[in-house]
Amino acid sequence: MVATPTTTTLTVAGCKTHLRRAGRGRPVLWLHGGGGVTAWAPFMDRLSDSYELIVPDHPGFGRSDMPAWLDDIEDCAFFYLDLIEALGLERLHLAGNAIGAWMAAELAIRDTSRLATLTLVGAAGIRVKGVRKADPFMMSEEEHVRALFHNPSFAEARLKAKRSEEEEDIALRNEFTFARLAWEPRFFSPHLEKWIHRIKLPTLIVWGEGDRMFSVPHAAAWHRLIAGSRLEIYAQCGHLPHIEKADQFVATFTRFAEEKRS
Amino acid sequence: MKFCLFHLMPYGALDLSYTEKYPSAWTSLPNSYYDPKKGHHYYNRYLDELEYGDELGFDALCVNEHHQTAYGLMAMPGVIAGALSRRTKRARIAVLGRALPLINNPLMVAEEFAILDNITAGRLIAGFVRGVGIEYHTTGVNPGFSHERFHEAHDLIVQAWTRTGPFAFEGKHYNFEYVNLWPRPYQAPHPPIWIPSQGSTETIEWAAHPDRRYTYLQTFSAVDTVKRFHHEYMDTAARYGYTASPDQLGWAVPVYVAETDEIAYREAAPHIESLYNKFLRMPMPFLLPPGYTSFNSMKRLRSIRRGTTGGELPTAKDLIKRGMIICGSPATVRETFEQHQKEIGFNLLISMCQFGTLPADLTRKSMTLFAKEVMPYLRDKVPPAQMRSATAAAE
Repeated sequence: MVATPTTTTLTVAGCKTHLRRAGRGRPVLWLHGGGGVTAWAPFMDRLSDSYELIVPDHPGFGRSDMPAWLDDIEDCAFFYLDLIEALGLERLHLAGNAIGAWMAAELAIRDTSRLATLTLVGAAGIRVKGVRKADPFMMSEEEHVRALFHNPSFAEARLKAKRSEEEEDIALRNEFTFARLAWEPRFFSPHLEKWIHRIKLPTLIVWGEGDRMFSVPHAAAWHRLIAGSRLEIYAQCGHLPHIEKADQFVATFTRFAEEKRS
Repeated sequence: MKFCLFHLMPYGALDLSYTEKYPSAWTSLPNSYYDPKKGHHYYNRYLDELEYGDELGFDALCVNEHHQTAYGLMAMPGVIAGALSRRTKRARIAVLGRALPLINNPLMVAEEFAILDNITAGRLIAGFVRGVGIEYHTTGVNPGFSHERFHEAHDLIVQAWTRTGPFAFEGKHYNFEYVNLWPRPYQAPHPPIWIPSQGSTETIEWAAHPDRRYTYLQTFSAVDTVKRFHHEYMDTAARYGYTASPDQLGWAVPVYVAETDEIAYREAAPHIESLYNKFLRMPMPFLLPPGYTSFNSMKRLRSIRRGTTGGELPTAKDLIKRGMIICGSPATVRETFEQHQKEIGFNLLISMCQFGTLPADLTRKSMTLFAKEVMPYLRDKVPPAQMRSATAAAE
């Protein structure tokens, strides 16, 4: 039984921001990846059984405004610091995938005072020299969708899904903002790595063994750079472990968050 | 009508079977396909062709900028323009254009153009473009900032040409404490500015603005597209409160002239097909990276593209029919351009006399026939004045 999240609009830093919220408990803020939030996913539903889950559309994505100030991922990090304050969130579990995880890390090197834990899933944001990343900006939409998953049935389902005209517009809008934030340097900030040591939070790193966007050496680099972090690598899983291995992801996250909640 | 000779300088020795292995002659095609010994030959042959254009009486010789491609070998068009500047004496030299957003220091373009303008005593025409989509991959420049960087770089260059330095330039993408251009351009206030485009309302609004009134060139488009955008320019000028001069409107198109229509078709066909189907071949992510156009333009272009892909590649016959190349006997080519000028209203013809794999002998033959049998006939033709006011009235 999938619960329907409530949707609200909150203006932060002049940006009308679209938020989905569901569940009760300690707050979890989920920062989506470059494709945006296409649906209330099963992992969100299960997380909202135990937590108050908050899923915003990033500035320039989904149904949120495109603010004039939005130039890069660092802007998103400051924006989310504002949003966390505006919502009055404390002892927050901050989690994200791909560029959403990149935003979370950028936020955490700046201010962790309201955070309890940090979870990075298939994170963008750092460069591992000599390890090539896939380039979604050189792929057709179909090639990109196929590259996201280990199990092709997930890709098939996504490619078969019919989109309304509004959903088509949102997909194109997401592509525009995704490129604006991640084009150059492609999927990393040269400054982030210099300051990652400032993250002294309990940190969970989740990765698909078959991640074709950011391969496993990236996971190992994050694990090395964040002292005391926990690394979980899922077998037979691509770039979106929270989608492809939803049960396993919810179990990993819950175990970690409960251990580190104090 | 005025005549400009345009060259792309393609790598004419390209192994056209590359398409069995690679999606495009841009960026993905390994440069092992390029042979520098052949390259030496082509650069010099093409420079000879442009110099011959000066002898034949073309009003301007045009070069342009592209990167990491067999489609055009002028990554640094100022080098080519520099070579032409001393060997030609009469024709203007048009760089169509420098891709401003791709450059991190636009003052280098201001300098390059000012030097050319000084050497040639004011024969330079300055073209500004945004570069094609794939060039945002090859330079790394974020396509989301393409328009911002274009406008800002343009403002910086024009200020550098016209303001007494040193002054400071305070932009978002470009910041300079000291702008003080040596040399200043020869032409006052600055060289004429031309804007080549594949057709965009935003570009027309900007180029036609009374502060600028820049010459607009529609490049490599079907005749009905040329007409639509030229009329849009005239209408936009009318809305701004002035009548656009026909010299503000140019059409860039491949041209081939031979003794008869039949010979012209037979000689040009494989080479024009190589241009459109081999040298210009590009998948969607190469052509339209996100942010390169406005959201609405992207939506429109993608839906058009969806409608036309999956079909067969165009044949020379299709291309001739759509006016993507003007090809025929001198009489046919004369009449075609005269008719189009009457209906469309442009006064600048930017003819590309070499295209794709077209060899030297045919290029030279066609150029000679065009200059001797077509240009003199069209030289004193101008678009009918009533057509321009009718377009404005229809608005």
